[in-house]
Amino acid sequence: MKKLESTLLNMALVLTSVSLVAGALLGYMNQLTAEPIRIVEANTLSSGIKKVILGGAEGELTLTKVDTVLNDKGKVDFVIYSTADASGKPLGTAVQRSENGFGGPLTVLTGFDDKGTILGYEVLKHSETPGLGAKAGEWFRNKGNIIGRNPSTPLKVSKDNGDVDAITASTITSRAFLKAVNASYNHLFVERNANSGATTTKE
Amino acid sequence: MNKLNILLNGIIKENPTFVLLLGMCPTLGTTTSAINGLGMGLATMFVLICSNVVISLVKKLIPDMVRIPSYIVIIATFVTVLEMLMKAYLPALYASLGLFIPLIVVNCIVLGRAEAFASKNTPFDSMFDGIGIGLGFSAALTLLGTVRELLGSGAVFGIKLYSDDYGMLAFVLAPGAFLALGYLIAIINRIKKA
Amino acid sequence: MEYILIIISAIFVNNVVLSQFLGICPFLGVSKKVETALGMGAAVTFVLTLATIVTYLLQVYVLVPFKVEYLQTISFILVIAALVQMVEIILKKVSPSLYQALGVFLPLITTNCCILGVAILVGNGTFDAKGLEPTLLVGVVYAIATAIGFALALVIFAGIREHLELMDVPESLKGTPIALISAGILALAFLGFAGIGAVA
Repeated sequence: MKKLESTLLNMALVLTSVSLVAGALLGYMNQLTAEPIRIVEANTLSSGIKKVILGGAEGELTLTKVDTVLNDKGKVDFVIYSTADASGKPLGTAVQRSENGFGGPLTVLTGFDDKGTILGYEVLKHSETPGLGAKAGEWFRNKGNIIGRNPSTPLKVSKDNGDVDAITASTITSRAFLKAVNASYNHLFVERNANSGATTTKE
Repeated sequence: MNKLNILLNGIIKENPTFVLLLGMCPTLGTTTSAINGLGMGLATMFVLICSNVVISLVKKLIPDMVRIPSYIVIIATFVTVLEMLMKAYLPALYASLGLFIPLIVVNCIVLGRAEAFASKNTPFDSMFDGIGIGLGFSAALTLLGTVRELLGSGAVFGIKLYSDDYGMLAFVLAPGAFLALGYLIAIINRIKKA
Repeated sequence: MEYILIIISAIFVNNVVLSQFLGICPFLGVSKKVETALGMGAAVTFVLTLATIVTYLLQVYVLVPFKVEYLQTISFILVIAALVQMVEIILKKVSPSLYQALGVFLPLITTNCCILGVAILVGNGTFDAKGLEPTLLVGVVYAIATAIGFALALVIFAGIREHLELMDVPESLKGTPIALISAGILALAFLGFAGIGAVA
């Protein structure tokens, strides 16, 4: 078979059909993978919530309420997940909050008990430097442990006269991380108590 | 051409990283650890094999003047398929490779092989070329990732060999990528001469 | 203030070549002479700015409303390829002198991953906007600053390589290895900017 000539008609036909086939194939693949992707995302969140509330221990946990708090520009400020055990007894609250880290937004999920003591945390999304800021996922339960602390006096890194060890060579990431934790605490235990009929909340 | 030769050609004689010096962005950008390097290499190999086979199948149907745009569309399609599959089944790896997955589209290795090999050879040979070049790329990225992880955080494939307090941070960061690759190529040049 | 932060961050702190590893191929390929480096830098700045605007509009007014975000990669690369062709044709007609200066670099730009990379980052709004909303204006400021960062890295590196030509380099290090090692040392110098402009 001879190669197709480069006439205008041939070229237009070939380009259009290549694009159409590609588009159709991708549409089909998208349908195929949409469900698994949704499940993966839901699982990441639910296992994250479980981890920050139960601190790695096994146990039953159900979500009782999800509160999305928007700021005045209509963007998500906090997401608050209330949880309970199988019998309906409240277990704690997980708060999701993003702050600006070194390479972009850093999203942290922090679990609090009813007095504001930190039960656990999970870095949900980050774009920090691998090997440096990206260590935040483990650091704050090991060397710079914040679990069991209560941010009623805001947590600070030692460079800012605080007592939390910052990640080696990643003060900015550490500050952003603690800022997210402090802001979550403040929102949940200070701001919400002050005006408990919050106007910006949405189910 | 002998199938084994095609395979070895991609891994050794025309190794995309160390000999042809193609696809430098993912090579430097994703090799902060051995496992990331391997993941990126295999992801690129998937796209290489698929696009090589398909381009070789349809080469007669594509007029010369719209060759490149058609190839790019075919490659971009497979990259998007790969993106969807990784999001669904390998979310952790997808998150750590990030932007470099869609950027496989502009990886000169893929378009380069389409143009230099798949557009002139049979689909079967093209598949072997894709496997060979893909393996060569994966091996190079894994090697670079291993060196950087070992020097930078004292581990290989996540297994701690010494405390990362003694690791040379620079090797995990950007400068170490350039330095490690530079010295690796120098060593390979030296071995080739001997 | 945030705009200044975005610009400083994109040019120095998170330099697109030396810390984000985008656009390495032209960085190593067209950096033998300062003059060509300047030409490539200018061409990239021009195309990157245009491409960011067009792909942002495509994302916001076509891909998102029609729920076909999964066509992002394929449509962005086609737009960029078409754009580069168009710029080439228009430049040839309108300003032959500029075409002579930038013409040779234009075909190389389609496969420069910093164009597609920045287009995707801005389209998804996942670039470092220093707390601002990722609008078109912020995206374009980021794109221009990134391109300037690319040009800066390329020109400095070309300057270094011009000097390297005169040096007595060990046999095995000649060519690419010594270029990569110099780039590593340059990146090490840029590490000194880390932390500037970060929100405390």
